[in-house]
Amino acid sequence: MVSRIEAPVDTYAVVMSQQTQYALLRARARQRWDDLVAGDRPWVRVGFGASGQAAGAQAVFDALKPFGPEGSNQINLSMVGAHGLMYLEPIVDVVVPGINRILHANVTPEMVPEIVAHFVDGRDERPLHESAYAYTGHRDPYVTYLPEWDELPANAKQRKILTANFGNIDPHDIFQYIAHDGYAALNKAVLSMKPEEVVEEVKTSGLRGRGGAAFPTGLKWSFLAPSQAPVKYVLCNCEEGDPGAFNDKGILESDPHRLIEGLIINGYATNSTHGVVFIRQGHDIPIEATRRAIDEAYENGILGENILGSDFSFDMEVSLTGDSYVAGEETAMMEAIEGKRSTPRYKPPFPAQAGLFQKPTNINNVKTIAYVPGIVASGGDEFKNVGTESSSGTALVCLTGHIKRPGMYEVEMGLTIRQVLEDIGGGVAEGSERIKVLQTGGPLGGVMGEDAFDTEIDFDAMAKSGAILGSGGIIVGDETTDIVDLVRNLIAFNQFESCGKCFPCRLGNTHMLDVFDRLCKNEAKPGDMKLLETVGNNMKIGSLCGHGQLGYNPVSSAINYFGEEFEKRFNGELEKSGPFGDGSMILPSRTRP
Amino acid sequence: MTTTQQQSRPKLRDCIRRALESQRADKDRAPSVTVLSSLLAVQDELHYVPNEAIEEVAIYCDSTINDVWSVASFYTNFRFTPPGQATVDVCWGPTCHLMGAQNVLAAVQDELGVDAEETSEDGKITLRYSTCLGACAQAPVIARDHILTGRTDPKAARSFVSNLKQELENGIAH
Repeated sequence: MVSRIEAPVDTYAVVMSQQTQYALLRARARQRWDDLVAGDRPWVRVGFGASGQAAGAQAVFDALKPFGPEGSNQINLSMVGAHGLMYLEPIVDVVVPGINRILHANVTPEMVPEIVAHFVDGRDERPLHESAYAYTGHRDPYVTYLPEWDELPANAKQRKILTANFGNIDPHDIFQYIAHDGYAALNKAVLSMKPEEVVEEVKTSGLRGRGGAAFPTGLKWSFLAPSQAPVKYVLCNCEEGDPGAFNDKGILESDPHRLIEGLIINGYATNSTHGVVFIRQGHDIPIEATRRAIDEAYENGILGENILGSDFSFDMEVSLTGDSYVAGEETAMMEAIEGKRSTPRYKPPFPAQAGLFQKPTNINNVKTIAYVPGIVASGGDEFKNVGTESSSGTALVCLTGHIKRPGMYEVEMGLTIRQVLEDIGGGVAEGSERIKVLQTGGPLGGVMGEDAFDTEIDFDAMAKSGAILGSGGIIVGDETTDIVDLVRNLIAFNQFESCGKCFPCRLGNTHMLDVFDRLCKNEAKPGDMKLLETVGNNMKIGSLCGHGQLGYNPVSSAINYFGEEFEKRFNGELEKSGPFGDGSMILPSRTRP
Repeated sequence: MTTTQQQSRPKLRDCIRRALESQRADKDRAPSVTVLSSLLAVQDELHYVPNEAIEEVAIYCDSTINDVWSVASFYTNFRFTPPGQATVDVCWGPTCHLMGAQNVLAAVQDELGVDAEETSEDGKITLRYSTCLGACAQAPVIARDHILTGRTDPKAARSFVSNLKQELENGIAH
C-alpha cells in the first residue's frame, strides 16, 4: 500500500478541515430541515414501503400530487418510510410549520382534497378531516380532541432506537438523516477513535446478532479486525426470506442511511475495505432506497476515498440474489454474491479467515448493523442499560395474522410476548375469540400455544421455551387455526426452499410433507408420527446448515403444544384440512425448475 | 423454429449484450459482475432467460454453459419461456395462509383458467406463487409485476384479475 502521508503535515490544519467537512454537511442539513418543518407551507408525508404500497399508499400519493410542487404548489410533498402502525395505513402525516404533526389514518384517494383543504384553504373555515387520527407536537385548539401519537397504545410501550426516524424522514434525502444526528457517529469514529476502541464499545454494549444466532457482535468483529489482508469484506444480510418478518426491509425502506452508517463503522472497526448489502431481487422499494442512499453517501464524501476527511477509505455496493431462502445462510450468501448457487459451505474455514472471494469477511444482519451508530454515538454502556442482562437493547417485532393491530414494533427486551400481543397488538383481531397459536422466528422457528405467551422476549428465555426469536416475526392464529394445516404450510415452504445440497434436508422435508399431506386428508398411516421423529432427527444431525438442522422445529414444537390435536388428526376425528373439503392445498411444484 | 424467429434472434443477442453491458454503466464504481448478476440483468430486460442468454452470459463472465445453467436453474425467479404481458403473484406464506390465501389462489386460478403456475391461454397473464411478498401486515397479498395489493379476498382478487385483463385488452400495457 502507498503511504498516504508523504510530506510533514500541519496537523492543526488537517483537524480543522476534517471538522469542517461534517460541520458543513450538518449546517446544510439543518437548513434543509428547517425549510421543511418551519417553512411557509404544510409538509405532507405519505407512509410508503411494501406495506404502505399494499395498503394503497401510491394512489393516495398520486392524489396529493396536484397540490404539491408539480401542481398548485400549496404543500411540500414526500414519501417517507413505514410508521410501524401498519393497520393505520395508508398514513398521511401533515407537518404544520412550526406547530405540530397531524397524522391521518386509513386514507383513501377520495379523502385527499378534504384533508388538504383544512391546511391550505383556511384552518377555521374547513374542519380537520375525520381521518385525522393523532397529533404530535404542540397541542393547539385544532387537535385538542385527538390523542397524542406517542401515547397511542401501539406506540406507548415501544422503545424506539432503531425506528426513531421511521416515518419522520424521507429515506431518499441524506440531509434529513444528517439533520437527525445522522453520520455523527461515523464522524466521531473515523476522526477521534481507534478501530479497536470502536470494537470495544460494541463489546461493552452487549449487542448480539439479530439474524437468529444471537452471537455477540463485538466478538465477531474482533475475529476479523487483526487480519492484515489488503481486501476485507463486511457484509450485511437483508435476504430476509422469512414470511412474517419484514423488519430488515423496513429499515432499508424507512431509514437506509442508518444501516449504511453502521456498515461503514463496521468496516472502520475491522479495517475492512468493502461493504456489501445483500437483498433479494424483486423487493424493489428497499432495493431502490438502499441504492439511492449509497449514491448519496458517495456524493457527499461519506463513502469512497478519505471518508469525511479522515484517512479511511471504504466502498459499498448492493448485491442482489435470486429467489432462494437458503441464500440467507451466511456461507450460502457468500456463494450467491460470488454469483453461484446459494448452497452452504463447509466450516471451517470460517468467514473471518476465508469468506467472500476467499477474503476475510464478517457477516451481520441489518438490524444488528443499524444499532451500531447509536452505540458509537452514546456509548456502549447506554445500550447495555436497555433490555435484559443477557439480551441488551430492543427487538423489532413484526405482528401479523389474526391480531388487531398488525405492524412493526420496537420493544425493549424483557417484555413478555403477552404484553406485546395485548398492549401493543391490541389482542386478537375483531371477529375472533382468542389467540390460539403463535408462529415465531420464521418457518424454521416454533409453533407455540398459550403456555408460552408469558415468555420474555429475550434470546435465552425464548430459546428455552422452544421458540426462536430469530427474525422477529410473530404470526398470530385465532381459535379457528388448524395446527396441522399450518405446520403443513411451513413444511411445504421448507421443502420448496431446501437447496438440495444435503440429502437429509432435501429428502427429509419431502417425507415430512408427505406425512402432513396424509394427516390433512385423514389418511395417516400407523407409524407416521414415528417417521416424522426419525426423519426430523436425521435432518438435525445430517445437514450442513440451519435449514436442515432446524427443519424439525416447527413439527416438534407444534406436537409439544398441540399434541392432542395431532392425535385427533391422526385418528381421523377432525374434518379434512383446508378450504377445499378434500384436505388438499395449492402449492408450487415440488421440484426446482 | 419459424423463419421470423430465426431472423429476430440476432437482435435478441444484441439486446442480451446490451443488458449485460448495462451492469457496468457506472464506470467509477462498477459493481461486482457475476453470473448471477448477469442473469438478473437479462431477465430484467427480457423478463425471461432464453438459451442465447445462457451462452452470452457464459462468454461475458468467462464461465461455461453448464455452470451458467446450473445457476439459472437453481433460483426460482428465473424462467426460460417468455411470460405473459403481466405477471400476477399470489403469496402462499404462513401469514397469508392463515388469512385465507388458499381461497385467493383458487379464485385467481379460476379467473385465469389455469391450475398451476402457468400463463393464461391467451398468453396475457402469468400466475406465480410467491413464498413472501414482504407486506405480511396487509395479508393476504397479491401483486402485479411487483406492485403489491394487500387485504385481499377471493372476490377482490377476482376483480383484480378481471380489471387487469380489461386493461391489457384495451392495450394499456404496463
